[in-house]
Amino acid sequence: MADAALFEFLHTEMVAELWAHDPDPSPGGQKMSLSVLEGMGFRVGQALGERLPRETLAFREELDILKFLCKDLWVAVFQKQMDSLRTNHQGTYVLQDNSFPLLVRMASGQQYLEEAPKFLAFTCGLLRGALSTLGIKSLVTASVAALPACKFQVVIQKS
Amino acid sequence: MSRPAHRRPEYHKINKDLFVLTYGALVAQLCKDYEKDEDVNKYLDTMGYGIGTRLIEDFLARSCVRRCHSYSEITDIIAQVAFKMYLGITPSVTCNNSSRNEFSLILDKNPLVEFVEELPAGRSSLCYCNLLCGIIRGALEMVHLAADVTFLQDRLKGDSVTEIGITFLKKLDERKYRRKK
Repeated sequence: MADAALFEFLHTEMVAELWAHDPDPSPGGQKMSLSVLEGMGFRVGQALGERLPRETLAFREELDILKFLCKDLWVAVFQKQMDSLRTNHQGTYVLQDNSFPLLVRMASGQQYLEEAPKFLAFTCGLLRGALSTLGIKSLVTASVAALPACKFQVVIQKS
Repeated sequence: MSRPAHRRPEYHKINKDLFVLTYGALVAQLCKDYEKDEDVNKYLDTMGYGIGTRLIEDFLARSCVRRCHSYSEITDIIAQVAFKMYLGITPSVTCNNSSRNEFSLILDKNPLVEFVEELPAGRSSLCYCNLLCGIIRGALEMVHLAADVTFLQDRLKGDSVTEIGITFLKKLDERKYRRKK
């Protein structure tokens, strides 16, 4: 069985590519930009969304889906549940993780605050992709006030 | 405090899938960025190297392997301990030359290609799993062993097996057992 560590190492390496400034102006210069990472996360999230065990395929409401992600998806991927979920009941949800595994190794507090977004882009995509598989179009952003706690903001896009 | 979610066996698989799927997305992205297979292969190898230099600490911390005295022992540990620990498979090991510094790992199963049926069109020279070569190379270098690590055979390219070749370059520092003073 693959260790969770392998994914973390791969993710860290992918993020590290953002640090390397490529002076070569050839096509594909900034290969690993935040949107590229987010896009990769989206694809993986879609695939994972299809694999998540779902007791009932028909969720009663949007909130059930978000709760499902906070519990089942987060446990499957990060071995812990999301610490809190808040909503304004108008399509915006804030998911808070007080000890986000991809940030835990970095630092705690204010150090590396600037770099933190790079470590969250993939996961934002992951959430957006999983939601997409579950039939929800969304925009997902993340913010960090103090490592390793972070918040993911999910805004449902009404078509 | 909420009760921890019941750890179902499906979650374990998802965790493994996460790495395999992420790797697939990475390769797909690199194929978009680089036209030539050699460039993608090289990039994967370089990324693998970076991972290997950090993975070795994780490995040594988890495995408590004893000190090795031959390349053959080291290769056995890579196959039977490291591969088993991180990928859940145990490649078989063969030694390819009499000076005992060239070895092969034969992978019967390869979890990295679980969702890959065949190489993308026009990508016949792609070494899909080249990250593994870089990881092994990087990890070995951190324990002061220089090695060339490449794919000798690849099932994805039509070969019958997937084979990783490890050639140790420098002589292992042969220290005699320290005599007790």
